Amino acid sequence: MSDLLYSEIENDLRAGVRGLLDDKAAWTDVLAGTEKDDAHDAALWRALTDMGVTALPVPEDLGGAGASWRETAVVMEELGRAVAAVPFLTGAVLGVAASQAAGDRDLLSGGRTALLAVPFTTAPNGPLPGGVQADGGTVTGTVTSVADAAAADVLLVPASGGLYAVEAADARLTPVVSLDMTRRLCDVTFDAAPARRIAEGDDALRQALAVGAAMLASEQLGLAERCLETTVAYLKTRYQFGRPVGSYQGLKHRLADLWTAITQARAVARYAADCAATGDPDLPVAVAVAQAHCSTVTVRAAEECVQMHGGIGFTWEHPAHLYLKRAKSGALALGTPDRHRAALAALVDLPYGS
Amino acid sequence: MSTAPPDADELRRRVGDFLAGHDPAATEPLEFLRARFDAGLAWVHYPEGLGGLGAPRALQPQVDKAFAAAGAPTNQPERNGIGLGMAAPTVLAFGTEEQKRRFLRPLWTGEEIWCQLFSEPGAGSDLAALGTRAVRDGDHWTVNGQKVWTSMAHEARWAILVTRTDPDVPKHRGMTYFVCDMTAPGVEVRPLRQITGEAEFNEVFLTDVRIPDEHRLGEVGDGWRVSTTTLMNERVAIGGAATPREGGMIGVVAKLWRERPELRTPGLHEALLRSWVEAEAARLTGERLRQQLTAGQPGPEGSAAKLAFAALNQQISGLELELLGEDGLRYDDWTMRRPSEVDFTRRSPGYRYLRAKGNSIEGGTSEILRNIIAERVLGLPGEIRVDKDVPWKDLPK
Repeated sequence: MSDLLYSEIENDLRAGVRGLLDDKAAWTDVLAGTEKDDAHDAALWRALTDMGVTALPVPEDLGGAGASWRETAVVMEELGRAVAAVPFLTGAVLGVAASQAAGDRDLLSGGRTALLAVPFTTAPNGPLPGGVQADGGTVTGTVTSVADAAAADVLLVPASGGLYAVEAADARLTPVVSLDMTRRLCDVTFDAAPARRIAEGDDALRQALAVGAAMLASEQLGLAERCLETTVAYLKTRYQFGRPVGSYQGLKHRLADLWTAITQARAVARYAADCAATGDPDLPVAVAVAQAHCSTVTVRAAEECVQMHGGIGFTWEHPAHLYLKRAKSGALALGTPDRHRAALAALVDLPYGS
Repeated sequence: MSTAPPDADELRRRVGDFLAGHDPAATEPLEFLRARFDAGLAWVHYPEGLGGLGAPRALQPQVDKAFAAAGAPTNQPERNGIGLGMAAPTVLAFGTEEQKRRFLRPLWTGEEIWCQLFSEPGAGSDLAALGTRAVRDGDHWTVNGQKVWTSMAHEARWAILVTRTDPDVPKHRGMTYFVCDMTAPGVEVRPLRQITGEAEFNEVFLTDVRIPDEHRLGEVGDGWRVSTTTLMNERVAIGGAATPREGGMIGVVAKLWRERPELRTPGLHEALLRSWVEAEAARLTGERLRQQLTAGQPGPEGSAAKLAFAALNQQISGLELELLGEDGLRYDDWTMRRPSEVDFTRRSPGYRYLRAKGNSIEGGTSEILRNIIAERVLGLPGEIRVDKDVPWKDLPK
C-alpha cells in the first residue's frame, strides 16, 4: 500500500514554502495582484524557482532536485492555501510532466517555463482539443482558455496527432477576464508558428494531464483547509444573540462534516500523489477519485466560508471570494467531478450500457 | 532492571524462540495462548508481565503475522471486541496491580468474554446522566439499575460497569466505575430485539448485585474520567477496520450492477458512482489512519472515520434496495436470532438497509460525534450546559 503520510523531508519542505508565502503572498498581496496588469506574481515565482521547488521531479543532472511528485504535491498544498498567483500547476507540473513524458531533455534542462496550450478544462480521461493543425514544421489554429499562458516561454500544443513545442513569442495571446484572477486565462492563436514535434500521439499529453489532475487535488486540499481554518477562527470571535456563533450546532455540525470530508481529501490526494510519484498503474483510478472528491469538497469549503462569514464574506475586502473563485475554477479545471466519475465507470467496470 | 524495549529484530528472535519451544501443531490452543501471553508476545506494547514487553505498538502487526504464518491458534479477537478494545486499555490505565494480573490474561486469551454496562434507557448520548445506583456496604457495593444496548452480555463473564455513587453532586462528579461479575446473583440478561428482527444486544437488569470493592476501577467519584478512557478506545476500535477496494458494502452493489444490467437507470448510475468514490475515499482515509497509528501519531481522525462510515453504509444500502426494485421488497428472515458478530454481507439487502441505521447511533451518535469534532478538534465553543452545576438528583428526568 502506498505511503499516505508526510515524510520528515516533506514537512520541512512545507515549512519552507509556507514561510516564503506568509512573507510574500499574504491574501492582501494576492488581492492587490488581481487588480494589476501583470497576470502573475513574477517576484514570487522567481523566489520559488530560487528555492528549487519548481523543478522538484526533474533529475539532478538536468538541473532539477531529483525528488518526486509527492514533494511537489506538498508545495501544491501550500500554494493552494495561499491562492498564490504563480504558474506552478501549469508550468512546474503540467509543463514538466509533459516534457518528461515526451522525454525532452532540452525542455527539462533549459530553465525555461513550458506550459500546455490546452483549454484548462481538458480532462486526462476525456476528449482532447483538436483545433490546431500541424503543417511542415508550423502549427496553425486557436486554443481558448489556456491557464497562465502569459507566463510561458514555450507553449506545448497538441496538433494533428502529436505534441508540438512553440516559442511563446511566436503565438498571439489574448488575455481573458477570468473568474479566477489569480490564475488567468488567455486565448492563444498560432498562425503558421514555427513548431517542433516533441511527441507522437496523445500519450504524453494524457500522462501530463493525469499528473496535473493528481497535483491539483493537493492544491484543492490546501485551499479547503485554509477555508475551514478561516471560518473556524471567525466563528470563535463573532458574537450574535450574546453567543459566539460557533457555539450553534447549525454551524458546528456543518463544519464537523466539512472537516471529515477534508480528512478524506487528504487521504485521496496523498494516494494520487504517491501513484504519480511511483508510476503506479492505479494512477488513472487514483486521479479520478481524487478529482471527483477534492473538487467537490473544496467548492463546499469555499462556499461555506462565504456563507458562514455572513455579510463580510460577500465583500471584496475579505479573502473569501479569492478562495471561492479559485475553488470553483479548480473544480472545472482538468475535468469536472462528473467527468471524472464518468471516467471511473469505465476504469472500474461500472458501465451504464453493456 | 529496566532495559531498552525490544526492537523489530529482537521481537523476531523472541517469536522464533517461542515457536521453537511451543510447536503450534502439538500444543493445546489455550495452553499455547497462555504461554504466548506469559512470553510478552500477546500485545507487545503492554508492560512486561502483562502480556507485553513495552515495545512500540507499531511492531504488533509483525508479531501477529509471524504467529499466523506459523499456524498458531488465535485468541479470536472478533469474539471479544469489547474486552480487547475497551476493557483491557481501561484496566491497564486504572487498574491496581492485582486487577491487571487477575483480568488481563484470561481476557487476552479469550477465556473470559467482556461486555459493557454503560448506556441506560434514560442515559444515551448523555451517559453522565446515568442512574444505576451503587451504595457502599462495608467492603462491598450493592448495585441496582438497568443497562441497555449491551452486546455479548449473554456470553460475557465480566462487564465494565459505570454507576452513580453520589447523587448529591453534579452528574460528572458522582460516578464510580467497576468490574461486574456477570454470573453474580441479581444480574439478569434479556435479549433486546432490534428492527432487523434479531437480538445482537441485551437489556441487563441489576438487582441488589454485590460487587466487592476490590473490583472498583479508579477512585470513588472518578468514574467519568475512567469511562472517557473506555470511550476513546471504542471510537478507534469502530472506525479502523482494514478493507480492500470494493471490500465493504459498495462491493455488493457494484457486483449487482455488473450482473444485472436490466436494473440500470441513469439516476442510479450517477448515485452508484458517487457512492463508489465516497467508499474509496473512506477506505483510503481508514488506511491513512492505520498508517498514522502504526507510526505512533494517532490523530482525531477516528471520530471522522466512524461518522463517514455510518453515512456511507446507509446511503449504499438504500441504493441497493432501489436498484433491486421488486426484489428489494423481500426480506430474508425475521426470526429472533442471537448473532455474536455483525456480518453485513451474508444477509439480505433489506437486512443491510435496516442494520446500517444502527451505525449512526451505536458507539456515539453521529450528532455527538459532530459535537466532539467541532469542539475538541476545531476548538469551537461548547454547547450551553444547563445541567452543569446542578446536583444529579435535581436534574429533570
